Amino acid sequence: MARSVTTRRKTINTALAWAIGLLIFFPILWTILTSFKTEGQAISDPPVFLFFDWTLENYAIVQERSNYARFLWNSIIIAGGSTLLGVIIAVPAAWSMAFVPSKRTKDILLWMLSTKMLPAVGVLYPIYLIFIRMGLLDTRVGLVIVLMLINLPIIVWMLYTYFREIPGEILEAARMDGATLKEEILYVLTPMAVPGIASTLLLNFILAWNEAFWTLNLTAAKAGPLTAFIASYSSPEGLFYAKLSAASTMAIAPILILGWFSQKQLVRGLTFGAVK
Amino acid sequence: MATKASRSAARLMMAPAVVLLLGWMLVPLTMTIYFSFKKYLPLRGGDLGWVGFDNYARFLSSSSFWPSVQATLLIVGGVLAITVVFGVLLAMLLDQPMWGQGVVRILVIAPFFVMPTVSALVWKNMFMDPVNGLFAHLWKAVGAEPIAWLTEASLPSIIMIVSWQWLPFATLILLTAIQSLDSEQLEAAEMDGAPPLKRFGYIILPHLGRAITVVVLIQTIFLLSIFAEIFVTTQGSFGTKTLTYLIFQRVLESQNVGLGSAGGVYAIILANIVAIFLMRIVGKNLDA
Repeated sequence: MARSVTTRRKTINTALAWAIGLLIFFPILWTILTSFKTEGQAISDPPVFLFFDWTLENYAIVQERSNYARFLWNSIIIAGGSTLLGVIIAVPAAWSMAFVPSKRTKDILLWMLSTKMLPAVGVLYPIYLIFIRMGLLDTRVGLVIVLMLINLPIIVWMLYTYFREIPGEILEAARMDGATLKEEILYVLTPMAVPGIASTLLLNFILAWNEAFWTLNLTAAKAGPLTAFIASYSSPEGLFYAKLSAASTMAIAPILILGWFSQKQLVRGLTFGAVK
Repeated sequence: MATKASRSAARLMMAPAVVLLLGWMLVPLTMTIYFSFKKYLPLRGGDLGWVGFDNYARFLSSSSFWPSVQATLLIVGGVLAITVVFGVLLAMLLDQPMWGQGVVRILVIAPFFVMPTVSALVWKNMFMDPVNGLFAHLWKAVGAEPIAWLTEASLPSIIMIVSWQWLPFATLILLTAIQSLDSEQLEAAEMDGAPPLKRFGYIILPHLGRAITVVVLIQTIFLLSIFAEIFVTTQGSFGTKTLTYLIFQRVLESQNVGLGSAGGVYAIILANIVAIFLMRIVGKNLDA
């Protein structure tokens, strides 16, 4: 991309891109700023942008009133658990597809993807019923299982694309040198696969964290993660902007930070390798 | 490399993932189809017997069906149009040389990581509220009457919220595609005197064709089933009841499982039509 451009053109590009970037980011910025205001300043007209009395009291109140920590913990368990479980199940599958491909590998991969396309609402009642029968409604275990299953196709797919980039010759060389299958996997394959596995974990953790159909429909008070915590603020009694902002900031901050690290993997993970 | 032993080992390693997904697909799907042929009201008598295709006919003839199809199409179509058009423009801008490109990318990508309930609630209250929302302040500042966005212009408001969430996705994928464009081709065209609009129409756009198709298909599948954005903002009132939301109400709110399941089958068929096209593209790429 070594295109030479005039400084003037570069300046215009920069100004335009920053303006649009800030405009798109503004709702998030505004939410973060509002979370440090008092309720009065949060709805003041004209709005105050930076010059207000910064306060942390909203964060304390939100934690006290709705026990933010419990929802956060549920989110971590559900997103982390489902992602880990999914990767444990997907690694062997992706490994065998990448290194011992058969005629049907492609069909299996595409079929797995097709399960991801099943609209959740189409199977809402059966899942609901199964959850009631098995006592899984409003439990973290239940959500870990469901979110693992809805993300499993993406996890298998991502790992497959990463594993396929590992050259088979290296494995053969290791085998020639007398490495056993176990040594081959442990000392040769794993180190090379770690970056791919890490990116897969990261992206799917984010997807599970933000999932808002099953988490809203299958939880109540006990196992609700942050998506449900925020939805509870949609009732009129929750209409306090500063507190709403504090709650929102706490719900999105961890994932924004993780997301910035994973933006390169996003394309691969979400287009199933169709765009490179 | 593939000996007989490694073949069977491979099959064994694939088994857990395949079996789980097969179960996840078949069990609920079979149950949905089963319920769709029954009159089934869990709170009012339970299983009241087989009714054939009654639920399918009733779902189609109910007065909320066509409005829900309309709302769904408007939302999906509106969001697709906005995200693809602005996505292409934004991707082309971000591809240009500038200072602080990395930071701008981060700013643009951020909305994608905001959980749907948060973005819906923040937009609903802090921006679109007719009294205290930022838009209301803005409207008053220029002397205009504030708009009650989610009641008076409910569909455009929802389209805007969802577009904000999905624009980063479209931009990121289109940017990736643009960056793979051979810049020499563009330079050659420039030297031959092709004006910018022609360069865009004859080189950039055809190159982006596939990426745009992928964006459209993937977004369609996700957009057909948006839920939290409506659940948090309008609860399906003011003409924002999508097909997904209608089915949700039939199943969980009015507990008419038979009727809702018939709707679910329609939703599955609809999603599959889109999915077939997506699969074809992904499959082709797998061969290459």
